[in-house]
Amino acid sequence: MDNLTLIQLRDKIATGDISAMDALNHTFDRIDSVDPTVKAYISIHREEATSQAIYIDEQINSGQPVGMLAGVPIALKDNMITHFGRTTCGSKMLENFSAPYDAHVVEKLKAAGAVIVGKCNMDEFAMGSSNENSAFFATHNPWDTTRVPGGSSGGSAAAVAAKTVWGALGSDTGGSIRQPASFCGVVGLKPTYGRVSRYGLVAYGSSLDQIGPLTKTVSDAALMLQVIAGHDSRDSTSIDEKDAQVDDYLCDIEKPINGLKIGIVKEFMASEGLDPQVAQANQAALDQYKKMGAEIIEISLPHIQYAIATYYLVATAEASGNLARYDGIHYGHRTTNTENVLDVYSASRSEGFGSEVKRRIMLGTYALSSGYYDAFYLKALKVRHLIRQDIDNALKLVDCIISPTAPETAFAMGAKTNDPLTMYLSDIFTIGVNLGGHPAISIPCGISKENLPIGLQIITPAFTEAKLFRIARMFESTNDFATKLPQL
Amino acid sequence: MIKMSTPLTKEDVLKVAALSRLSLSENEVTEMTAQLGAILKYVAQLETLDTDNVTPLAHCLPIHNALREDVVKPSLSNEQALSNAPQIDEHYFAVPKVLGEGSA
Repeated sequence: MDNLTLIQLRDKIATGDISAMDALNHTFDRIDSVDPTVKAYISIHREEATSQAIYIDEQINSGQPVGMLAGVPIALKDNMITHFGRTTCGSKMLENFSAPYDAHVVEKLKAAGAVIVGKCNMDEFAMGSSNENSAFFATHNPWDTTRVPGGSSGGSAAAVAAKTVWGALGSDTGGSIRQPASFCGVVGLKPTYGRVSRYGLVAYGSSLDQIGPLTKTVSDAALMLQVIAGHDSRDSTSIDEKDAQVDDYLCDIEKPINGLKIGIVKEFMASEGLDPQVAQANQAALDQYKKMGAEIIEISLPHIQYAIATYYLVATAEASGNLARYDGIHYGHRTTNTENVLDVYSASRSEGFGSEVKRRIMLGTYALSSGYYDAFYLKALKVRHLIRQDIDNALKLVDCIISPTAPETAFAMGAKTNDPLTMYLSDIFTIGVNLGGHPAISIPCGISKENLPIGLQIITPAFTEAKLFRIARMFESTNDFATKLPQL
Repeated sequence: MIKMSTPLTKEDVLKVAALSRLSLSENEVTEMTAQLGAILKYVAQLETLDTDNVTPLAHCLPIHNALREDVVKPSLSNEQALSNAPQIDEHYFAVPKVLGEGSA
């Protein structure tokens, strides 16, 4: 059963071939068997999931219509609030936080009949690229448990790669869906900014954050996007469907793009720290596309080398504002140590936040502070504009931009925890489209000789996910990486 | 005029920590000065770019002032709003004294 794709499972449940309870019991068995090693989950919601599965089975057995994901076990990154269980964001600050409502995406998943099984581990408040910043425990890469799954949606990626669920949601602010997808050998999509409502997603960088699916196949990701995409009046940054309609992401997914023009980024080719095996797999993928009639065109993103610096000013500035709400007063951790109200804020925050979170809050506060705002934050926003223009201009010359997702394969646990800056530099290929808002997908394109997955990233213009999926599917249809998940 | 390449001092760190409502230990202040210093050195490369004629891009979408009619809609109940409070006093969040001696 765990070799079925999400869509195959969904279809078998819809015809009564497999029951939703069968699928859920399989999930529970799988979690019991592998999660003590992988540690993808912060919480499992057996009762809630069971009652949803029972309900779906009743509906199907009595011939009632059910939704597009009916009976499919799904996991959520623990920064999407659910009114059941806790939502911790991987932080002591919210260790016991129990949300009073569901996130928009949770409502959509439930309405589609999905069975939400549990909440996945993550870097604290989505700040990190390895899942090692979780306040609770680290997640282990199912391909090699001495290595990281990537981050900050490392738990979601590992949950899918370990075949505990058929799909998971993650969030991506600087690459946090795509990089773990690449490290774990699964598909990960960051939709266009504004495509999916952020209502109920605990905010890190509000102009950068997007929720997206992690799945085994491109079609599975397309189905999950179909369910969660669309306008939500509760998120004022959610695009109106009259400005960008939600397309049918599946109907043409098997149709290749004739005369596909692929852009490869001149500035990426000179990247130091690009693992030769990753470069090789990337090239092999481009050769495959050429065989399918694509044309490879070198394009330039003249300001892309400044993307990481820009991001670490914009995102941290936004984070310093977004995390100001954690003051120990209304919810979250409150210190028991002091009496004076300012001390309550400082002590609660210092006790509740880990060091990476503190670092980013400090950096953001510095960049926004009086006297520094123009030189740092405003400057970064101007460079952001240049970066977006570069990507928009390139996408006028080509249909898509292709690059590796990450410069390396999954690194060993502890390898980068000493130097924050080293960790930040691994975002080089993913970060540009968070600044620009463009959609991007990571799909498996190789396995290294250390038996670690390699990911290929494809970028298309804003709100063209239907085309993005087709381009991704073109390559996926020539390989069987989706069947190569590790046997745990 | 502050420049991006202005080196970060311990005093800066203490000031920013106070603004961020974070209380850092001696060790944390030292470590933070070094780490933030290194990161700021890295981001200072933006200074080399001429952005005089560039408008800042705070937001990717052409959405501005998403407003709705000023009509009361369902919201959180008091119980829901208080449900995660560390300390409550009937219908209120209980907090330490804000006014008076020894306070803010």
